[in-house]
Amino acid sequence: MEPLSWGEIIIRILGDMMPTWIALILMFAVSIYYKRNLGLYGKLFDSTIGMIGLAIVMFWVFTGIFSAMDLVGTHDPLGQISGMKNKVPGTPVRGNPEGIYEYYLLGGDNLARDVYTRMVNGSWEVIKIAPFATIFAFMVGITLGLPAGYYGGRLDTMLSFLANLILAFPVILLFYLLVTPEIIATGIPVYMAGVLFIFPIIFFVILFNSRFFTQPSKRNIYLAVTILLGGWLYLGIAWDADPLGVVSFPSNVLVVFVSVVFVNSPTVFRIVRGLTLDIKTRDYVAAAQTRGEGPWYIMLWEILPNARGPLIVDFCLRIGYVTILLGTLGFFGLGLSPESPDWGSTINDGRKLLSVYLHPALAPALSLLSLVLGLNLLADGLREESLRD
Amino acid sequence: MGLFILRRVGVMILTALCLTFIVFYLTNLYPNLEKLAKTQGNFRMSDEQVESWLGNRGYLEPTFVKYGEWLGVVPGYDIVGADGERRGRCFDSTMNPDDAPSLCGILQGDWGSSTVFKEPSSKIIATRLGLTGKLMLWVLIVMVPSALVVGVMAGMREGSKLDRSLSTFSIATTATPEYVSGVIFIAIFASSAVGLKWFKGSATSAMENATLENFTLPVLTIALYGMGYIARMTRASMAEVMTAQYIRTARLKGVSFKNIVVKHALRNALIAPFTVIMLQVPWLLNGVVIVETLFNYKGFGWVLVQAAGNNDVELLLGVSVVSVVVVLLTQLISDIGYVYLNPRIKVS
Repeated sequence: MEPLSWGEIIIRILGDMMPTWIALILMFAVSIYYKRNLGLYGKLFDSTIGMIGLAIVMFWVFTGIFSAMDLVGTHDPLGQISGMKNKVPGTPVRGNPEGIYEYYLLGGDNLARDVYTRMVNGSWEVIKIAPFATIFAFMVGITLGLPAGYYGGRLDTMLSFLANLILAFPVILLFYLLVTPEIIATGIPVYMAGVLFIFPIIFFVILFNSRFFTQPSKRNIYLAVTILLGGWLYLGIAWDADPLGVVSFPSNVLVVFVSVVFVNSPTVFRIVRGLTLDIKTRDYVAAAQTRGEGPWYIMLWEILPNARGPLIVDFCLRIGYVTILLGTLGFFGLGLSPESPDWGSTINDGRKLLSVYLHPALAPALSLLSLVLGLNLLADGLREESLRD
Repeated sequence: MGLFILRRVGVMILTALCLTFIVFYLTNLYPNLEKLAKTQGNFRMSDEQVESWLGNRGYLEPTFVKYGEWLGVVPGYDIVGADGERRGRCFDSTMNPDDAPSLCGILQGDWGSSTVFKEPSSKIIATRLGLTGKLMLWVLIVMVPSALVVGVMAGMREGSKLDRSLSTFSIATTATPEYVSGVIFIAIFASSAVGLKWFKGSATSAMENATLENFTLPVLTIALYGMGYIARMTRASMAEVMTAQYIRTARLKGVSFKNIVVKHALRNALIAPFTVIMLQVPWLLNGVVIVETLFNYKGFGWVLVQAAGNNDVELLLGVSVVSVVVVLLTQLISDIGYVYLNPRIKVS
């Protein structure tokens, strides 16, 4: 068979990504139709930059999800086909075997795996870690930043010192110290996970308790659900001790997750603390204090909702930063398994032969670039729209 | 002001102590020491042999004692090992143990020696830091002026077409981590298959003799990532200044737009970016590690990777002391500079 020309490659890739396009078009059609009822999210569709950003981000989200479901991607991301090593994009699979896709659309890498499929699957590696790591970092940052800003004093001094301590660490040094097999053997990442992952439970318990403590029956239901569900996930994720045996987390992913959360929470802490310092001087906070509301009610139900604008914007930017960090970890071969199709590892694999074969490194590099760019544009759009009202 | 600096320096020293202790603790965990013993001694050592190897070299003392020895406030170990040989922290086999000083830590200027490079850590760090200094200098020379120009151009007419395109450009640069832009640059400018072949994809030769050909790509790669952020800060600050009353007054007086920007706006608009530039320096350190690995430039970042990858304890500690001091010093300078530049802020 003849190798494909670039035009044919592009058409075939677009065709293979059909599920992603359908999902994207559906999402945009529904969102634009109902945009007046969707609050800040709906307003995003008034800003071109925000829409472009959202489209790029959702493109990778859908691609990631569909590649995990095997709807997008042409080959097995780990499968090697002999004779396809470092082949240029559009090379037909040698020997024309039955039952598999007949081309390597973006060529083969140095282990004769399909670059296109690995690129598509790499997005799933990001999508399944980055947003959750960011959410955890926000939970930790919010739970500690609110009281630090609200109470001030010695608590603030101590927490700020700790945050600056972590921030003064060069990130790569920290990764090298935390994400090694020897450190995993000592169990330190598990203890860190044990500390960091308890914050979401604390957050929700305080959140519900401060609001509903006057209605004990309602509060008890909320607290019971939070503690049962949260505790179950907590045991499974952090300690790998789920009594039902359903939730578990591979230890190498856990250590990556923990270190990313650990690096990001001090920055979130500083942002939340700064916002709290600003907002606590407002009249509605004074009104709540005069009403006799408890400090945690004021922090979580008065201050936090009013700080949501900058926090949402930072959330988008931070997912992008976490994506970059995950790529950095992969680039230095830390944490994730060497076979993993995540973009950082693939770039690291491809760079050794970069001057001869471009495609194995270029495809994941451009993917990572586009995802982070999309997140940045999305954040910009959100900022613009949230400032408008 | 003096008291402020004094307090900041105190906090700085405390931070440095905490950070080095964390690094010390993590590198001295038993599995790490076991790996060290096996790579230094013999890969087939049994558990008891590992233990005696470590014990003979003072690795099994309590962590705080070892940290004190490393720091130079506790006398160095002096152990007659199980094999009958006398070893100490402050002397080696060529010296008479009784002449050696009792304290030898970084406070005495003894940074220990690297187990991988078989050289004193201080010497390795000094040479490598020099190489990275050269890289950083060029990065700053490229990055700061171009970032400021981009930021000022974008901020002087907020919302214009120029602003839109420059802002998108700076967003794009912040979204491109070094390992992505480096790969793209090599693909475009250095690849032997396709591409322009203007520059070299490796900077190894730049360590002795930096030329445009071998040094452009690493410098550009680091500068580009840091640039976007500074440019955005400058733009925000410039845009704010341009809406100020005195700019309007100058306009109404009939001062030309060029003069308004250069003489009236620029000085006030550059206060905020100064802080950002200083705080960007530790961030560049990350970029340096990635770029030095990618372009095979054997500087400070490369040493960090080597030391961390091989658990070379004393070298890694030296590296972290230097990087922590760099981070804290830049923070201090940015704080002091901010106060100095901005007369509206008083510390006391």
